[in-house]
Amino acid sequence: MNTPTDTPVLVMEARGLVKRYGQVVALDGVDFELRAGEIMAVIGDNGAGKSSLIKALSGATIPDEGEIRLDGKPIRFKSPMDARREGIETVYQDLAVAPAMTIAENLFLGREIIKPGLLGRLLRIIDKTKMLEESIARMNDLKVGIRSMTQAVETLSGGQRQCVAVARSAAFARHVVILDEPTAALGVKEGNMVLELIRRVRDKGLPVILISHNMPHVFEIADRIHIARLGKRACIVDPKKISMSDTVAVMTGAMRPDELPAEALA
Amino acid sequence: MSTTSRLPPIASLGPLIALVLAAAFFATQSDRFLSIQNFSLILQQVMVVGTIAIGQTLIILTAGIDLSCGMVMALGGIVMTKLAVGAGMNPYAAIACGLLVCMGFGLVNGLLVTRIRLPSFIVTLGTMNIAFAITQLYSGAQTVTDLPPEMVFFGSTFAIGGAAVNYGTLLMIALYAFVWWGLRDTQPGRHVYAVGNNPEATRLTGIATDKVLLMVYVTAGLFYGIASLLSVARTGVGDPNAGQTENLDAITAVVLGGTSLFGGRGIVLGSLLGALIVGVFRNGLTLMGVPSVYQVLITGVLVILAVATDQLSRKGGR
Repeated sequence: MNTPTDTPVLVMEARGLVKRYGQVVALDGVDFELRAGEIMAVIGDNGAGKSSLIKALSGATIPDEGEIRLDGKPIRFKSPMDARREGIETVYQDLAVAPAMTIAENLFLGREIIKPGLLGRLLRIIDKTKMLEESIARMNDLKVGIRSMTQAVETLSGGQRQCVAVARSAAFARHVVILDEPTAALGVKEGNMVLELIRRVRDKGLPVILISHNMPHVFEIADRIHIARLGKRACIVDPKKISMSDTVAVMTGAMRPDELPAEALA
Repeated sequence: MSTTSRLPPIASLGPLIALVLAAAFFATQSDRFLSIQNFSLILQQVMVVGTIAIGQTLIILTAGIDLSCGMVMALGGIVMTKLAVGAGMNPYAAIACGLLVCMGFGLVNGLLVTRIRLPSFIVTLGTMNIAFAITQLYSGAQTVTDLPPEMVFFGSTFAIGGAAVNYGTLLMIALYAFVWWGLRDTQPGRHVYAVGNNPEATRLTGIATDKVLLMVYVTAGLFYGIASLLSVARTGVGDPNAGQTENLDAITAVVLGGTSLFGGRGIVLGSLLGALIVGVFRNGLTLMGVPSVYQVLITGVLVILAVATDQLSRKGGR
């Protein structure tokens, strides 16, 4: 559901990003855009440059050329921490949680609430009660149905774990949430649970960049689809006006973007 | 499902059950085992291994291991006694130097692990030998005697209802209580668990995992240093051959205490139980007249049993 204004607000924008690894050109002048309040899916074959693009947007790699803008102002990320400071949270595939620690601890990992007072600040004592309350509030806010925040993450199902990771990024992101294959290796029911959560994150006003191989999931949830091909952007399509097979055809190079009907492009 | 403890009940009770079983067995084998004097003795013997085991626990929680712990402790003991006796340094300054040398070794271990990304096993295998060699060279393989009284204070005892308790044991228990609290309730403590649990995820949340690791190795060195003071206090001499049994005993204590070698799981108080188990075994076997070479053999079997239990319970838990 895009806002039908003439000039949609771009939260994030990239122009002409280039990234070379020796002889290999991973990004060959790729463009990218993300509007306020949308879910932008990024799809592409292996080697199309989608993970390099995401790494550049999340600060994991520094592009050799090109420009990234956040809310219209140019930015240069030197590390994922820089991106995080700008309010961009990324959930990396399989790397999201510390399994033996509790849900509350995972939600606040690296951002623990410290007890007030001199002693608390000096000894860095954690305010467990407050972290627990906040965890419950945030998870309720996102309607994640997990009973106890003090249970270890490893006691959760795969989908619930992924929900914890997504909820953490949504709780702390101010600008953008980037999700790398959040539904990979999940069953149908579990996958749907995560998709529901992603939709709620978007509905709360945070734009989402979703990298996925799962076409049905992408078509179910994305507002627009960025098709990466050969280190460039082939085109952006509207999932409501294009078939899945045409999308795959463009992605694999079987069809050129200019062969698509004009209304399919977004 | 809504359990508040971090470990399943069996895993946290295991060490306690093992301790009670071992004590019951030795009680049937020797009349002297259950005497109060003997318990005092066990506690005195355990204070050195127990204190080393605190440092070792921190490192194992980060999925590392420190093979140098006993040798670094021995070096610390030689440094503080030689400086006080040989060089006539103020005893407190000499103790401080011993602690600093141990922390220095921790720093070297930590830097090699974090900067050059060497496995802790190899790094500490190297520093174990280096520390041993320096100890022998510096001491001339001679025991340091005639220590100033300040240096053996923690070996002195006071009586509680007929049992002689030494101050070193109290210090060890206080250190355990402090580290237990620190690991549970402070931000650096939780980060130690996080690094051991999932280093990559922890780094991506913005925690400086290398700083956490470095802090852990240096802190472990401090505990080895405190252990060297306790060892010197207990034996009354600076012994260049100290730490040889403590090296493996400390690792055994940690693993028996339920801390996983895979990192991120365990409670430091378990290591105290583990150290008591090791102490009870050594003491009980001695009372039974078992030659020390068999004690070494049994410690070897114990550590393998403990690690195997850890491995199997993790598999079962998945």
